[in-house]
Amino acid sequence: MAKSVLQPGAVIDGFTVGECVHSGGMATLWSVTHPGIDTPLLMKVPRVAEGEDAAAIVSFEMEQMILPKLAGPHVPASFGTGDFAHQAYVVIERIPGETLYQRLPELPLRYEEARAMVAKIAAALADLHRQNVIHHDIKPSSIMFRPSGEAVLIDYGLSCHKHLPDLLQEEFRLPYGTAPYMAPERMMGVRSDPRSDLFSLGVLLYFFTTGVRPFGESETLRGMRRRLWRDPQPPRKLRPDYPPWLQEIVLRCLEIDPVWRYPTASQLAFDLGNPDQVKLTGRSEKIRHDPLSTVWRRRFNRGVLQPQATSDVALQLASSPIVAIAIDTSEGAEQLNAALRVTAERILATLPSARLACVNVLKLGRITIDRMVDEQGNNKHIDRMVRLRHWASPLKLDANRLTVHVLEATDPAAAILEFAAVNQVDHIIIGARQDSVLRALLGSVSAKVATEANCTVTVVRPSRLAVSGAVATEAARQEAS
Amino acid sequence: MLLAFFTDIHANQQAFSACLEQARARGVERFICLGDIVGYGGDPEWSVETVMDLVASGGLAVRGNHDNAVAVASETMNAEAQAAIEWTRGRLSAAQRRFLAELPMSLEEDDRLYVHSEASSPPRWRYIQSSSDAARSMIATPAQLTFCGHIHRPTLYSMSVTAKMTSFIPTSNAPIKLLRGRQWLAVVGSVGQPRDGDPAASYVTFETKTREITYCRVPYDVEAAALRIRANGLPPWLAERLMVGR
Repeated sequence: MAKSVLQPGAVIDGFTVGECVHSGGMATLWSVTHPGIDTPLLMKVPRVAEGEDAAAIVSFEMEQMILPKLAGPHVPASFGTGDFAHQAYVVIERIPGETLYQRLPELPLRYEEARAMVAKIAAALADLHRQNVIHHDIKPSSIMFRPSGEAVLIDYGLSCHKHLPDLLQEEFRLPYGTAPYMAPERMMGVRSDPRSDLFSLGVLLYFFTTGVRPFGESETLRGMRRRLWRDPQPPRKLRPDYPPWLQEIVLRCLEIDPVWRYPTASQLAFDLGNPDQVKLTGRSEKIRHDPLSTVWRRRFNRGVLQPQATSDVALQLASSPIVAIAIDTSEGAEQLNAALRVTAERILATLPSARLACVNVLKLGRITIDRMVDEQGNNKHIDRMVRLRHWASPLKLDANRLTVHVLEATDPAAAILEFAAVNQVDHIIIGARQDSVLRALLGSVSAKVATEANCTVTVVRPSRLAVSGAVATEAARQEAS
Repeated sequence: MLLAFFTDIHANQQAFSACLEQARARGVERFICLGDIVGYGGDPEWSVETVMDLVASGGLAVRGNHDNAVAVASETMNAEAQAAIEWTRGRLSAAQRRFLAELPMSLEEDDRLYVHSEASSPPRWRYIQSSSDAARSMIATPAQLTFCGHIHRPTLYSMSVTAKMTSFIPTSNAPIKLLRGRQWLAVVGSVGQPRDGDPAASYVTFETKTREITYCRVPYDVEAAALRIRANGLPPWLAERLMVGR
C-alpha cells in the first residue's frame, strides 16, 4: 500500500492540492482545484499508517463506494475517488460554513429555531433514505447547511447502502459509531433499519432544545446498553415550559423499539412542519421517566427488543407514504367527495403506516382584501377545517394518521403543489371537476397538479350513473351486432 | 473494456440467447464463459456451438463439471444429471466433444481469475456456499478478482486486508465498484438453471476501466425451454425447476 505523500502543490489525477483545511482522527481534508470544475472542492484523505485503526480504512472504503452513488442538494456532490493502490482519496464539493457542532456552546436553542432546523435535517434524511442509504452517524458534526438553507449530511463512513455490500458487517465486534447518538438496536447488531437515524436525530433534537444529552456521554458498552431499557428524562422535567407537541415528537423519535418511532423521516419532517397538527399522546404529558417496573420488564424480558428480521429501507419507505387528498368543501361536491373517500379508503387499507393530509384551498381574490369572517361572523378557516374532519370521519383513522390543512391562495393548483413539495408528500389524490363550463372558465386544477407534481397523482372521477352505463353497454352491443 | 460473464448455461438456448442479446445491446465487447455449457437442458449442440463461436472471436471459456462429465465420462452425478449427460453425449459431434474436453480448468487475465467452481482445488468442484468457502478460494489465488459459477446463486464476497469477510446478495442492474483495497469473489448466477428463486436468466458484466460489476437478470421464454427438455425425454423435474428457479 502506497504511503501518503500529500503536500500542497502535488497533482493527483488532475486535482491540484492546496492547503490542508482540517486534520481529524480518521482523515485529513485538503482544498483542491481541477481545471474545468468551478465548484470549490475538498479532497478527503484517510489516515493510513502502521498501527492505525483498520476501521479507518474500511470506513473510508465505504465512503468511496457510497458517495458517488448519491445525488441531490442534501449530500455533497462527488467528483472523483482514488484507491488504496495509489493514493486513497475522495474529492467532494466543499460546503461553505461550519457543521452544527460549532453551535454547541449556544445550547439550548429557542424551540422555534430548533424545530425549523431539525425539520430541514429530517427532510435531508428522508432524501437520503429514498436513495437507499442509512447514515448511521447522525450527530452535529455530520450536518451542515447550504447558504440556500438545505441541510447537507456529510461523513458516510459508517453508512450502508441497500445496493452495495456492507463492508462493515463483520468488521467490528462491538457497535461502532458515536455513542451518545446511537440507536438501541445498533447495540444488537442491527444495521438495516432506517429508523435508527430517526433515533439519532431525536437525540440531537433533545440535546439542542434542553442543552442535555438524553443518554449522557458514556462511551462504555455498559453505559451505552442502558438505553435498551432506560428511557430518558422527559424534556419537560428539565424545562417546564417545553411545548407538549415538541416533547411528543422528541420522545417518539427516542422510542426504544423502532416500531414505535416515526415510520419515516418524511413523517417526522411533516410533524415538525405542522406542530399544531401533532397528535398528542401520553408522551407529551410525561414529567418523569418510566417506573422501575417497566424498566425491569424491558431489561429482563428478553422478548422486548430482539434483533428484527432484516427490514428493507425501500420497503419501509414505500409502506409509510404521506398521502395528500384535496377536498372541495363547497356545495354540490358530495358525489366527487364520496368517490375520493372510496379511493382514500383503498389506499389506506393496504398501507397501515400511511398518513393522510386532507387539504382544502380557501381561494383568495386576486385584488380584493378578503374577510376571514363571513356575514354571520363565522371564521371561514375554522369552518373549512371542521368540514374536512367531517369528510374524513367515516375513514375512522387514528388521530396520528390524519391531519387537516386549509391553504389560503389565489391559485389552488399552485397551493396544492407547494404543500406537496414542502411536506414531502408521496401521493396526491385529487378530484376532477365534472362541470365543463366551470372547467373551461377556470382551467383544470387536477390537470395542472397531475402535470407538475413530482410525486404520484391519482385523479378521481365520480362513477358514472348506472343508467348511462347500461345505455352505453346496450349501444355498444347493437353496434357490435 | 466491457466484459460479460456467463456460467451454468446448461444447454438452455432460450435463456442463453436472451442474455447474449441483452449483453450485446449493452455494449459488451468480450464474452467469457465460466463453464457448464451443457447438462440438464434440451439444446446442447446449439449452446456448445455458440460458445465455440464466442471463443473464436476473442472470448474465453473454462471447463465445468458437466462439460467434464460429457468429455471424460468419469464424473459422479445424481441420476437426473447423469441421464442428461448420457443423452447430451450422444447429441454432440466429435468436434464439440473435443472442444469441451480441451477447455482449461481456469484462466488468469490481468488481476482476474476465471474458474468454474473455486480456486483452492478446481478439479474437486467444491461449492462456494458461505464466506468461509469464499475465503478459502481467495487465499488460494493471488488474483484480486475471482469470477466463478457452479452454485447457481449470485453472490458477491470480499475480503479486507485484515481478512475480514463480507457477503452480499446483489441487486440486479445496480453497478458496484470493486475497490482495489480488497480481494473480491463474484459468484455469477446461472444462465440456464437459476436456483435462487428467480426464474430469470442471470449473468454479469464487468467494466475493466471503472472496475464496476453489474449483476443482470433477463426474463426469457421459460415455457419454451421446459418444452425442449420434455420433448427430448429428459427427466421432467429438470423442466419443472426452471419455472420456479429452484
